[in-house]
Amino acid sequence: MKVPLSKIAHARSGDKGDTCNIGVIAYDASHYPVLVRELTPERVKSFFGGLVHGKVERFELPNLGALNFLLHEALGGGGTVSLRIDAQGKTFGAALLRLEIDLGERSQ
Amino acid sequence: MTLAPDTSGAAAGGDSVIRIANGQGFWGDWLEAPVRLIEQGPIDYLCLDYLAEITMSILQKQKQVDPALGYARDFPPLIGRIAKRMLDGKVRVIANAGGVNPVACAEAVRKAAPGLKVAVVLGDDVFGRIDEFVAKGYKMADMDTGEPVATIRNRIQSANAYIGAFPLAEALATGANVVIAGRSTDTALALAPMVHRFGWSATDWDKLAAGTIAGHIIECGAQCTGGNCQVDWQNIPDMTNIGYPIVEAEPDGTFVVTKHPSTGGRVHSDVVKEQLLYELGDPKNYITPDCVADFTSIHLDDIGPDRVRVSGIRGRKRPATLKLSISYENGWKSTGTLVYSWPQALEKARAADKIVRGRLAGLGLYFDEIYTEFFGVNACHGPVAQACPDPPEVQVRIGVRGADRKAVDRFTRELIPLVLNGPPGATGFGDGRPPVREIVAYWSALVPQEEIRTSVEVLG
Repeated sequence: MKVPLSKIAHARSGDKGDTCNIGVIAYDASHYPVLVRELTPERVKSFFGGLVHGKVERFELPNLGALNFLLHEALGGGGTVSLRIDAQGKTFGAALLRLEIDLGERSQ
Repeated sequence: MTLAPDTSGAAAGGDSVIRIANGQGFWGDWLEAPVRLIEQGPIDYLCLDYLAEITMSILQKQKQVDPALGYARDFPPLIGRIAKRMLDGKVRVIANAGGVNPVACAEAVRKAAPGLKVAVVLGDDVFGRIDEFVAKGYKMADMDTGEPVATIRNRIQSANAYIGAFPLAEALATGANVVIAGRSTDTALALAPMVHRFGWSATDWDKLAAGTIAGHIIECGAQCTGGNCQVDWQNIPDMTNIGYPIVEAEPDGTFVVTKHPSTGGRVHSDVVKEQLLYELGDPKNYITPDCVADFTSIHLDDIGPDRVRVSGIRGRKRPATLKLSISYENGWKSTGTLVYSWPQALEKARAADKIVRGRLAGLGLYFDEIYTEFFGVNACHGPVAQACPDPPEVQVRIGVRGADRKAVDRFTRELIPLVLNGPPGATGFGDGRPPVREIVAYWSALVPQEEIRTSVEVLG
């Protein structure tokens, strides 16, 4: 069954220079393996398309049922240099929640 | 005055628990938060984090204009407001409000609150030592790009080493009511009272990591008590009176995140998880001057209403280097906006953008970057945003940046004319020309830890 990521996870995003970080957290720990399977760095990078110029790194926090993504070269230079309204990537987390993922369960 | 002995924390939780609150997540955070933290319930230590990466450069400029400035100017009047409640020594303040002029900050605090003893941590400012470091062969390459510091040498405006918790604990040991630092890490503000009160050693890596993570959780103020939280945000109680965070720390490194009972907001593991992941890099290697904390060791339990217990934290040895926060001049920028209304609001906004770019090119003005986004359409989410056919209104926001201030200034005159000489229905120009702002960029680099020697000075 395919659902938007927002059905099973929440997120918070922020900045480190020109790198945006997105923490994605499963509401229910049982969905953590789905996050690990579905949210590959490649998929996250292609989802954001032209917004992310560098690589996407992924780190696992099974203790929190969470993944942490680093999106490099994603904030138009970052901090004070960037001309974007969201120079700190505050809204990137919400954007990612639109991504459609496969729960791997048969729909009724 | 005679200072009461340092027994803060003995009141409600007993000697084994100390209550550490954060009342300021950045310079510009809610002015009432620290006052409410003191008035609405018991706390022992009030941490106030004033410094973002670029704040130091702003303060450096202020100091260049007036040598008595260069610190967070909101801080002394705040201490003036809460001084009466601090006189008995039960609540002590730890703040990195000193910026590039911590002594001047301390003197201003003494003026605002003459009865209080103030301790200042010095030694983080290395603005005058860059050439010395270069001569010693330290590359100080930018940690993001790897470029050598020579690239920006003559444009550097400030340089400070991130200071950890131990110099702050040393300042607390003087019995001061207020501890002022320059560029201390955000997490050190909360870790310092634990080091001071629990007598943690500089090699208690697990405990130092626990205190560091406690600091990370509360360093952004209400972001761990329901602010900026996606989970069930509509039902987070009474955000008008949101409570700022309190850590109840125990000597073994476990702690509870909570807030005063009478306040709004919510403390729950979902909320704490969001904050744990905020601005996080590699979770196994959260590097500070005090230790390397492992975020994959954190265990959270919801143990009661607005109470999250945090335990199990592991840490490792601190690195042999300290990080420098360097700011440097990097050109000029300006961004301006116009609003177009239905119908064809987006088409009009796009046409306006094209016209502005054409006129800039016609003037022979070139920039490092011209960037346009359309509020109501794609400003936040770019290509990820869902299309909205014929929106009721669109704000076009055009920004330019470059080394030539005159070119950027000329750009600021190219938006308002479109109200008369561009697509129909433009409005939202009431604020006039947008300002030209200097870009002060941030550079981080490493030097050996032994280069940075801190000291503590006591006033009053």
